[in-house]
Order: sequence, then structure tokens, then C-alpha cells
Amino acid sequence: MKYLHLILRNLTRKKLRAVLTIGSFMVALFLFGMLVTIDSSLSGGLDVASANRLVIRNKVSLIMPLPISYAERMRQMEGIEEVTHFVWFGGVYQDAKNFFANYTIEPETVRRVYPEYLIPDEQWDTFLEDRQAALVGKDLAKRFGWKVGDRVPLEGTIWQGVWEFNVRGIYDVSTKDLPTSDFWFHYDYLEEQRPFLKGTTGWYTVRVTDPSMSADVAGAIDERFANSPYETKTETERAFIAGFVNQMGNIRLLMISIGSVVFFTLLLVTGNTMAISVRERFGEIAVMKTVGFSDGSVLGLIIAESFTIAALGSVIGLGLAKLVTLGGDPTGGILQVFYLGFDDMALGFGLSLVVGIAAGLIPGLNAMRLRIVDALRRV
Amino acid sequence: MVRVDCSGTDCLVQVRNLDKKYYRGNEVIDVLRGLNLDVSAGEFVAFMGPSGSGKTTLLNLIGGLDTPTSGTVTVGGEEINDLSGRRLTSWRARHVGFIFQMYNLIPVLTAYQNVQLPLLLTGLSKAERDRHVHTALELVGLADRAKHYPGQLSGGEEQRVAIARAIVADPTLLLCDEPTGDLDRETGDEIIEILHRLSKEHEKTVLMVTHDPLAAEKADSQLHLEKGLLVEAERRGEIS
Ligand SMILES: Nc1ncnc2c1ncn2[C@@H]1O[C@H](COP(=O)(O)OP(=O)(O)O)[C@@H](O)[C@H]1O
Ligand SMILES: [Mg+2]
Repeated sequence: MKYLHLILRNLTRKKLRAVLTIGSFMVALFLFGMLVTIDSSLSGGLDVASANRLVIRNKVSLIMPLPISYAERMRQMEGIEEVTHFVWFGGVYQDAKNFFANYTIEPETVRRVYPEYLIPDEQWDTFLEDRQAALVGKDLAKRFGWKVGDRVPLEGTIWQGVWEFNVRGIYDVSTKDLPTSDFWFHYDYLEEQRPFLKGTTGWYTVRVTDPSMSADVAGAIDERFANSPYETKTETERAFIAGFVNQMGNIRLLMISIGSVVFFTLLLVTGNTMAISVRERFGEIAVMKTVGFSDGSVLGLIIAESFTIAALGSVIGLGLAKLVTLGGDPTGGILQVFYLGFDDMALGFGLSLVVGIAAGLIPGLNAMRLRIVDALRRV
Repeated sequence: MVRVDCSGTDCLVQVRNLDKKYYRGNEVIDVLRGLNLDVSAGEFVAFMGPSGSGKTTLLNLIGGLDTPTSGTVTVGGEEINDLSGRRLTSWRARHVGFIFQMYNLIPVLTAYQNVQLPLLLTGLSKAERDRHVHTALELVGLADRAKHYPGQLSGGEEQRVAIARAIVADPTLLLCDEPTGDLDRETGDEIIEILHRLSKEHEKTVLMVTHDPLAAEKADSQLHLEKGLLVEAERRGEIS
């Protein structure tokens, strides 16, 4: 491309300015990379949530229970392969700061609904034998240094008192995006010990025989339990998780706001830099027009310049962000999935190119409108 | 005496009844008032006149950088005031080379790249561009300075690069606005010598504004701009 040297020479005519402008793209896109990584971590599993799984919760609210008898009634319905259920326990380990998800599972069925979870058979067997047994994700185990055989007490928040558990197994997942930092234990243990809400469970997850029938099955379930004291709301696992994330004080909105402000600031900074840099060159631009550069090519060259700044800065910034995520979750387990996907990087790159073009647009239009004779008189 | 005496086909530039007014607030500056001019192909004409008399304005109008208030400029049979912005730009690229007092080179480009600039707009291949640039630099005696940046050249050398840039696309018309105004006598003479050679040996038509009577001497004819009209001072050499 015969104009390339012109663009690059213009770009680097003030080294410090070029470094600072490219640097602001770099910082912004690094931040963007971190934000989307944290965001997808908080909505953990959203991308892998399977369309052949439906989640059934109390229609009134997620924290309201459902009768345990629903399990059998759903199992008999057409299109449902397997039913399992969970109860959110909300236990605290030593200090409330040590937050991790802990809930009951139903061992008979959970592995048939969630084949993605990998547990060695001998660990699974010892888990089944021990009423106080717990299974912990491998990242959670790493975070607290737990090994198989360790005794872990959790302080109940819903059901008061100290609940003792034995770590009987450490699970992994067959897909990178599922969390490996949760704490599971027997439903039966909770059910025996808890003084209230007996005979209920938190939410159900069912596996449907045919994913294309999911909507019909969901409708049938809700219809089945309509007009009962415990009406249900059935949604795909994806929708369920998204709803769960929304309960986290709308962190996502906060992050989108931060991201937008960053990009807007970037636009102002780069636009201003480009405006100054173009204004300094009015005389030269007039000369270029004199020798035959059209208004359009002058505009094109200026936009190409800010486009190049954006491309360079964002590639470096996103590259650094990717490097950081490759280093793994820096919080040691709070962010369950710490992964910067190619899609998100492409989105960031695309956004910064838009900013780059927009930043060059107004200075470029000014240069385009510049009258040669006026500019030459100023030289 | 107004110089409107060129008849026949080799008359390259024809200016008729050229009026240029500038408006500053409600003040009207009447710079050119019905100016007429004929220049033959290959002629070397010097324009003189006091500062503010409209010499730059006239060159800009002939070169299609500015539009007249009224009147016409015809170059090579084409009435350039009729051309639209785009077509005027490409007409200028093909037919006119400009040389300014302050050289106006692009500081971040080498001499070679500065000279090459007008050729980027053409469909020429890299090899052809290369050949043209070297020819132009050789013509001004700077072939060995191709890789130097303007900041590494003397004023006279910079102006020679500017001349090379003006002639690289092989235009018919060279417009020079005080090309020696910023140079010492000796260097200025070299520049005038090059312009003279371009006119005589390469059949370029050169219109040059100058304050320097000695420089103007070198031209075929000298015209004075007074009160918005051209007055012939002296004619040297034979024009056909
Ligand atoms: N864009 C403009 N607006 C207003 N006045 C102008 C403009 N350009 C030139 N002039 C005026 O027109 C007159 C002629 O200017 P110019 O052609 O530059 O003269 P010269 O080159 O002979 O010194 C001057 O009085 C100048 O101030
Ligand atoms: Mg002038």
C-alpha cells in the first residue's frame, strides 16, 4: 500500500504523543478485557448452560421452596428423562469473606442430569457411604488447601449452628466454562437435621429427552402445578442463571457503565489528539491538496491514521489482558471461570476501531473542508 | 499597457476580465479589477509589484486554487473556473506545479518521498514512479540527497526538492510564488537558473512572482501588477 509510509510517518512525527495515544487505547482495552472476563465469570456457565436442561423454581421467588413430591410427579411426565434437585445452604466457612456456593445435591440423580461433572468412582462411592460427606470443586479445594478426608465445618445462616462435613471427593469438569469452586453435600443430611422447611427442596433441574421440545415440556410442567399452593416457574438453565446473576445487585449494568465511560473518554482523548495533530499540519495538508490529493483522500489518510492508533493500542491491550487471564483466577476462587474468549476480544477490537474511526472523523472533515489558499496564507 | 496580444494556438494561458474581491466584514478589498493576460507555451514570465498588490491571488487563480469573483481563466483551452472541485483537483495534478517561497515540504518525508507525493495519485507502478522521481531530482542536481529529510537540507536544496516535486508529474505550467524570497543572492540565482532551464530546455511555461529585479531580468517578460491590472514593464527575448 503506497500510502502506508505516509500514514506511519504522520503517526510517529511526535513520538511521545503517539506513545501516549496508543497507550490510552492499550489501557482501555486491557480494562475492557478484564471487565468482560469478570462479567462472564459472574454469569458463570451462562455459555455452557445446556438447552436440554430446564430449571424449575417457585413462581413467587427463587428463595421460596418447592415440595419434594414434585420430583416423582415430574418424572412421570412425558419428555422428561431425569429429575434432580438442589437446596441453597448459604453456609459460611470461618469468615463471611470466604464466600463460595454451597448447596445440597441428590446423589441418585445428579450425575445423570449433569454428566459434565467428573468425579473418580472410588471417591463417589465413599461419598455415597458417608451421610456428612461433601464434594468440592478442585479450585475450591485449592483455595483452602482441602484434601480428601479433611473435616470442614460450615456455619449455617438459614439453618443456624455449625454443620460438620467430611471432604470425600474433589470434582473436575469436562468443559472449561463450568465452575469448579462449589461445595456439594447430601440432601438427606440437611433434611434430617433442619428444623423447618422439611419436605421441600430449593429448585429442580430436569433433563429433557428432546431439546427441541424444551418449550413444550416447560409449559407442561408449569401447567401441571398451576393453582397449587406451590406454583412453578420453569425456564431454560441459561435463563435461570442469567436471572440469578441479575440478583447480584446488577453488577453487569455497573460494568457496562464503566466500560462505556472508558470508551467515551477514549473517544474524547483520541479525537482531541487527532484534532491537534491535524491542525498542526494544515499547511502540509494544503500542499497535498495543491499537488492533487482530493478532499476524500485527505479524509481517508487522517482516518487511517487514527484507525492505526486504535488497532495497535487495542491489540497490545487485549493481548496483555489475555496474558493475565492465562495466569488464572487472581482471587483464588471467587471468580469461578476466569477466561477471556476470542469473541469478547474481537468485540473489544471492533469497538476500539469504531472509536478510532470516529476520532479521526471530525479532524478529517475539517482538513477536508480546509481551503488551500487560506491554509497557505497561514504558513 | 495590458498584455493581451497572444493569438494563435500556442497561447497556453488566457485570463479575461479577471475580478477578485475579498470581503472582510463590510469592507470590500478589490484586488484584481478586470485583469487580462496571455502567456504563450514555454514562456517565462515574471510578475512584480508591491506587497499586497495581488500577485499571490493572481497565481492562485491561474492555478485553480481559488475562484475568481468574475472573469475567466483558460489554460490549454480548458476553462478551469467551470471545473467542479474534484475535476479541478485532478486537472491541477496533471497540469500545474507549484513552488512556494517557504518550500512547503513535508518534514516527515524524505526528499525522495516528497517528490514522489504527486505521483502517488497516479496509476504509475513503483518502478515508474522511481524513475520519474530520480529524473526530477537529477534535473535539480539533488540525486544524491534523495534519502535526506528537509531538516537535513539547506534552504536552496529544499527549494530544489520543491521544484523537483513541482515537475515530477510533468506539468505544462509552473507557478512560482517568490521562490527566492527566502534565499540569499547566490542560492536564489541557482534557483532562477533552474527555472530558466526548465522553460528553455524542457518547454515548461513558468509564471514567477518575485520582488527581485535581478531575478525578473532572467524572465522573457516582466509584468507589474498595479491597481488590480497588469502593466508591461519590459519584454526580453522573442516570443512567437
Ligand atoms: N482570504 C483573504 N481575505 C481577505 N483579504 C485577503 C485574503 N487574501 C488576500 N487578501 C488581501 O488581498 C490583497 C492581495 O493579497 P496577495 O495576493 O497576497 O498580495 P501579494 O501576493 O501581492 O502580496 C492583500 O491586501 C491581502 O490582504
Ligand atoms: Mg504574495
